Amino acid sequence: MTRDQGARVPLDVDISDAELERQLKETWSSKPGLWGAISTVDHKVVAGRYIATAFVFLILGGLLAMAMRLQLSQPEARFINPDRYNQIFTMHGSTMMFLFAVPVMEAMAAYLVPLMVGTRNIAFPRLNAFSYWIFLFGGILLWVAFALDTAPDVGWFAYVPLAGPQYAPGKRADLWAQMITFTEVAALAVAVEIAVTVFKQRAPGMSLDRIPVLVWAMLVMSFLVIMAMPAIMFSSTTLILDRLVGTHFYNPAEGGDALLWQHLFWFFGHPEVYIIFLPAVGMVSTILPAFVGRPLFGYMLLVMALITTGVLSFGLWVHHMFTVGLPRVGESFFTASSMSIAVPAGIQIFCWLATLWAGKPVYKTPLLFILGFIVTFVMGGMTGVMVASVPFDTQVHDTYFVVAHFHYVLIGGAVFPLIAAVYYWFPKMTGRMMSERLGRWSFWLIFCGFHLTFFPMHILGLWGMPRRIYTYQPELPWTSLNLFVSLSALVLAGGFLVFFVNAIRSRRNGLPAGSNPWGAATLEWATSSPPPPYNFRRIPVVSSLDPLTPGENELPVVAGLRTDRRELLVTSVVEALPQARESSTTDSVWPFWAAVATSVMLVWSIFTPWAVVWGSIPVAITLIGWFWPKGSPEDES
Amino acid sequence: MKDRIVLDASALPMHGMGAASPTWWATCAFMLIEGSGFALALAVYLYLMSLAPSWPMEAPPPDLWAGTWLTLMLIASVVPNVLVSRWAHRRDLRKVQVGLVVMTMLGIIPLVLRAFEFTKLHIRWDDNAYGSIVWMLLGLHTTHILTDVVDTVVLACLMFSRHADNTRRYGDVQDNCMYWNFVVVAWLPLYGCIYGLARL
Repeated sequence: MTRDQGARVPLDVDISDAELERQLKETWSSKPGLWGAISTVDHKVVAGRYIATAFVFLILGGLLAMAMRLQLSQPEARFINPDRYNQIFTMHGSTMMFLFAVPVMEAMAAYLVPLMVGTRNIAFPRLNAFSYWIFLFGGILLWVAFALDTAPDVGWFAYVPLAGPQYAPGKRADLWAQMITFTEVAALAVAVEIAVTVFKQRAPGMSLDRIPVLVWAMLVMSFLVIMAMPAIMFSSTTLILDRLVGTHFYNPAEGGDALLWQHLFWFFGHPEVYIIFLPAVGMVSTILPAFVGRPLFGYMLLVMALITTGVLSFGLWVHHMFTVGLPRVGESFFTASSMSIAVPAGIQIFCWLATLWAGKPVYKTPLLFILGFIVTFVMGGMTGVMVASVPFDTQVHDTYFVVAHFHYVLIGGAVFPLIAAVYYWFPKMTGRMMSERLGRWSFWLIFCGFHLTFFPMHILGLWGMPRRIYTYQPELPWTSLNLFVSLSALVLAGGFLVFFVNAIRSRRNGLPAGSNPWGAATLEWATSSPPPPYNFRRIPVVSSLDPLTPGENELPVVAGLRTDRRELLVTSVVEALPQARESSTTDSVWPFWAAVATSVMLVWSIFTPWAVVWGSIPVAITLIGWFWPKGSPEDES
Repeated sequence: MKDRIVLDASALPMHGMGAASPTWWATCAFMLIEGSGFALALAVYLYLMSLAPSWPMEAPPPDLWAGTWLTLMLIASVVPNVLVSRWAHRRDLRKVQVGLVVMTMLGIIPLVLRAFEFTKLHIRWDDNAYGSIVWMLLGLHTTHILTDVVDTVVLACLMFSRHADNTRRYGDVQDNCMYWNFVVVAWLPLYGCIYGLARL
């Protein structure tokens, strides 16, 4: 049956722009008040919360890093005891990887992808809201545990047997493992939304070869999440089972294997690096053209490099395990595969250099951070090629050399582009520009502070300083360099402070941005800043890789969509030909309750396996409440 | 910026079926997630098997009958499942209602057989690593049957309600059928592992 086909419904044709905007606003806006805020499913609101929360975790993780630097600033310091230090470095790594880096990249995707592909909301907006609550509750779980002195103390990769039942009594390791479940559920949900949004909700005409590089990057990232995260879900679940109900997955005495943990963890853990890095590639490729005044060099090459990196990232995990005594052939294979990933990375770098070379760079803050990224990431990549070789890796394994290497690739490779992205898209998200003067201050403080902090760690590592030690003796030759590193860390922290002050001040007092302050060519700049709840008055039609041309005052659009229900276009996967006028779900408080029920079940199950049985009943009830049709116009077909 | 209307979408359907529906793609994505999980669990089984001096460890292989009956039941259930999907495609409400009731039954029977299957493994999860991984494989798959049965029950209730006769619902039924096919197909390699490899 077609309940209303033929019935008279309000369409977006033959009405004035102002009237159309009024009707759309009525249909797409969330209700005011607390419940309205909890039940909103606007991808911009949810992603905005996600980004803000992730940056709060960055600050918390950064404070832990400062605490560690304080402790290491002099030999045999007594600021932090060994047990607390173990908790702090575990919390630092876990917070930065699971509560900051992955969530913030996915949140940027959840904010930007729907706008860049020209649709009105992310696919499955309620799942998006659910994902945020689960992420938030998982983060709170970990930090409440830290406040109660029961934070995990087994390192961010929680190797067994240290994390197993024998050597980690109490609930610390379980809290780590369950925090993983929270964050991975949240990450998987967003990944599915992004993949479906890119596949099915692109503006008509945005065929595969017209998808912005950032959107490609987020799509590849989503597939990495989808294929890699099950490994960490499996390993964290089996760890809890070993600890709670006496299974023997990781117990060699009963036929289990400790190395199995490392295989499973790094089968996730290596793609994880690219889950963080590929969005950064997309950001750099998108931001760069706006500041050099020419289109990106090598679009096709960059897209191919993204996909190649994604595929190769699943064949590298053993290079984290070179010192565990694997067969020689295996080590050689993984050395080769680790070095081969330098090829797509090199292609990316040369495409950016060519873009810069052929253009006229305007050195605004986002471009400064991109240049800082190129320098830093290339250095991190060089040490990456070094540690890809087994003999060298054997020497520096578990030393500060590795700490230096991965901070170069993670901060240099992902955080620098992310800050560039914040400066670049802040005007779109808030309607206001960030201060250029504070921006330059933050760049130079962060860039210099970063290199002064982390470059000496290479040397400390080569001088034999192991990672994760809570103190060292004065006879060792590490004292002055450690003090230097700790002081430099203050400069780095100062840079971040300036950045946050800039963001908070500019949000209120920044100069008005207008819809397209950078003269950029992608679709998110076609709508107002900040975008209205419905994103676009009418869904745009795309006929080239760069849909917006400077000076052009008209946007080709689709008409014929309803205004009395949340409606958007579904298009075909390859050519983006219109297929249906699909509805987008209304606000609902059920995702929040489903997240509460899921959280209760997950936390309870740290203590008894029966929690899974009894806890799943409220989860099922809330899910039924979520999906049961309410007879709204959005349910019509 | 001014709008220049170049396309008219008013004649498009208000919901697409199959690959034109976002839900279909999300179901595929979730099958990819679950499929990766099953593949990893199987890899862990093979990994532990390759390390063990003998396999199964300190236990006879599991009895065949419960698992084999369950496998036959699952394979047989694909026929009505495909029929339900076709009826949903043709929007034949009466047949879809009957089909969903039948599919609920065909989901519950394997769960009963599965209860026997656990007892015929001749090993507990906490005996050794072999016990842990076979219980894991079976448990993982049981969760999938259970989730799909609950889903089918809710969908059956929905199809008897006033919300039933709607393209969107027929799409839901088709996606549910697709997911059940996945649950059946995912079981076959698990069956091969648990019962076949343990007898090599």
